[in-house]
Amino acid sequence: MSKTLIRGAKVLGGEAQDVLIDGETISEVGTGLSADGATVVEAAGQVLLPGLVDLHTHLREPGREDSETVLTGTRAAASGGYTAVFAMANTFPVADTAGVVEQVYRLGKESGYCDVQPIGAVTIGLEGKKLSELGAMHESAARVTVFSDDGKCVDDAVIMRRALEYVKAFGGVIAQHAQEPRLTEGAQMNEGIVSAELGLGGWPAVAEESIIARDVLLAEHVGSRVHICHLSTAGSVEIVRWAKSRGIDVTAEVTPHHLLLTDELVRSYNPVYKVNPPLRTERDVMALREALADGTIDIVATDHAPHPHEDKDCEWAAAAMGMVGLETALSVVQQTMVETGLLDWAGVAERMSFAPARIGGLSHLHGRPVSAGEPANLTLVDTSYRGVVDPAGFASRSRNTPYEGRELPGRVTHTFLRGRTTVVDGKLA
Amino acid sequence: MKRHLISAADLTRDDAVLILDTAEEMARVADRPIKKLPTLRGRTICNLFFEDSTRTRISFEAAEKRLSADVINFAAKGSSVSKGESLKDTAQTLEAMGVDAVVIRHGASGAPYRLANSGWIDAPVINAGDGTHQHPTQALLDAFTMRRRLVGRDAGLGKDLAGRRITIVGDVLHSRVARSNVDLLHTLGAEVTLVAPPTLVPVGVETWPCEVSYSLDEVLPKSDAVMMLRVQRERMNAAFFPTEREYSRRYGLDAARMARMPEHAIVMHPGPMVRGMEITAEVADSDRCTVVEQVANGVSVRMAVLYLLLGGSEPAVTAPSRTEETK
Repeated sequence: MSKTLIRGAKVLGGEAQDVLIDGETISEVGTGLSADGATVVEAAGQVLLPGLVDLHTHLREPGREDSETVLTGTRAAASGGYTAVFAMANTFPVADTAGVVEQVYRLGKESGYCDVQPIGAVTIGLEGKKLSELGAMHESAARVTVFSDDGKCVDDAVIMRRALEYVKAFGGVIAQHAQEPRLTEGAQMNEGIVSAELGLGGWPAVAEESIIARDVLLAEHVGSRVHICHLSTAGSVEIVRWAKSRGIDVTAEVTPHHLLLTDELVRSYNPVYKVNPPLRTERDVMALREALADGTIDIVATDHAPHPHEDKDCEWAAAAMGMVGLETALSVVQQTMVETGLLDWAGVAERMSFAPARIGGLSHLHGRPVSAGEPANLTLVDTSYRGVVDPAGFASRSRNTPYEGRELPGRVTHTFLRGRTTVVDGKLA
Repeated sequence: MKRHLISAADLTRDDAVLILDTAEEMARVADRPIKKLPTLRGRTICNLFFEDSTRTRISFEAAEKRLSADVINFAAKGSSVSKGESLKDTAQTLEAMGVDAVVIRHGASGAPYRLANSGWIDAPVINAGDGTHQHPTQALLDAFTMRRRLVGRDAGLGKDLAGRRITIVGDVLHSRVARSNVDLLHTLGAEVTLVAPPTLVPVGVETWPCEVSYSLDEVLPKSDAVMMLRVQRERMNAAFFPTEREYSRRYGLDAARMARMPEHAIVMHPGPMVRGMEITAEVADSDRCTVVEQVANGVSVRMAVLYLLLGGSEPAVTAPSRTEETK
């Protein structure tokens, strides 16, 4: 079995330690470990994290292989330090049957860059009308536990209630894309000062907040748990905070872009800033950061949403919504949360690895402590690095990043998936 | 002046006054037997209309022809655009044919801005109305009409609209005319009040340089000009207001309301009017209503804009005798 010694890394940002990997497992953590027979990775000054876990990725396969495939998406994930991603269900065909989720699961296994855990659609065809065979997807080889109609909201209160109740039978969770559809007809950007000037259809904060309020109350009523996707407003934070204080079993995620970018960028009419939910205001950004720091928001999830060039190289209204995010997520979190003093690296590990694995039911495999006997899923980060984002270097098939030309800190130098390097010296293995 | 005209907010006070003064010179051309200047001879201008708008297109075309430009009209309906061609490809195709300027009307807010700023083409871009964003030449022709009527044709030269009280009534939320007018009138020193039911005022209006009122009757006696915006009947179905009749009663301009305006005050409308909805026939046909003048002024203002963006440093209007010679 091959051995690797990671020498002198700051484990979760703490004291420098050596970590010895033997085969697929961490065999020893300590100081002055012997490098005998091991490949040595000199990691002095770098931060070692558990492999990152993304609860919200769009891999686009099957159906939109022009945007991304499971292979290119998992390569992007590995580049960004991820060892597991949850693949959203809005593919073509929709992942609403055991057959489709097993296909995605198998493609993930074949890629070898990152574990792929499929998410199943809550309703057939994401139409919000009839429940998909949630139990069949759970019992399939893919062992689906997270269900979401992401991209669309489960807006019918009865369907949402039934879904929340039904998945209790096997410990599932509904991940809600909170967007009241009638309040967002024709919506193009956050409704406020900027939308009023630009004449773009407004996407009010209340369209998100009203659904979250309803769903936490439904979760409380039926004693189930609910996860809120890409929370984007200060008001949503207040509702989730209230729900948690009441003991409601709710978890929430925020995307890196909502931690950094605001709707002021839309003044350029450049659709690279068009995303669902939309970029909000500075006040929202600050509330989201604070909520992520205090635990109201549990995790960072990328909502990695690849689109081909032509779908963004057009006028705003015609453009697709979404941004790629896997390869820049950790850098954005470093800039917005670590360098602002809001989180330490142990806090980052909790929000980008431990907690997402827990919420998604993967914590037997991912989001494990960096200690002897644990699976060697690890990410090594050079936090002193500064670089300008150049999408030409992305592993993702798509280039729709809002950070092109922006300087961001930090770089993933090595990613280990069960002891095997998927990234070496910042390059895909 | 910038290279493009995308938004009324791009114009400084001096830019705007220069355009209005130049438009007065252009207007004199319309009074001549030969309504034509050689200024843009040999230049090709494309009117790229992705949205039906016969009156704006004809106004631009008249302005371009009076300046002797070669005109290409491109209507997106029935063209390659309806077969899925992108804005970028359409624009690049036109530029490859040697177009010197693009006048664009588009249903998507920001489309002219994208065209001007994405590196797709080099030609100057003139916004002829985009979505619910801007319609700068409309605002300029409105300001031109106000200056003539409220300050005077000759007395107005070199002047702005400082202190004039302008009221804009109707569907502000969906109106590029309102947005452009608020920006330009503020730049020209006027005091603008928007009047509409709260449903038709955008969230975020609080940062605009204007007042907002929900009561037309309170504002009318304090108005030097009242601009009525078209209200589309479809809005009723989206619950912006209960019925057409209720809208007319609360926000429509009829003779009784017009009588409450100061004697010198004018009534404006960008057209097309919905008679019986936002304006009664009696008001529309009265001497105080400038709707037909606005159309005539539109040609002069568009000539001025095209001349200033494309004409370079030559004088706009040569002496009449020389024009005679060139015919």
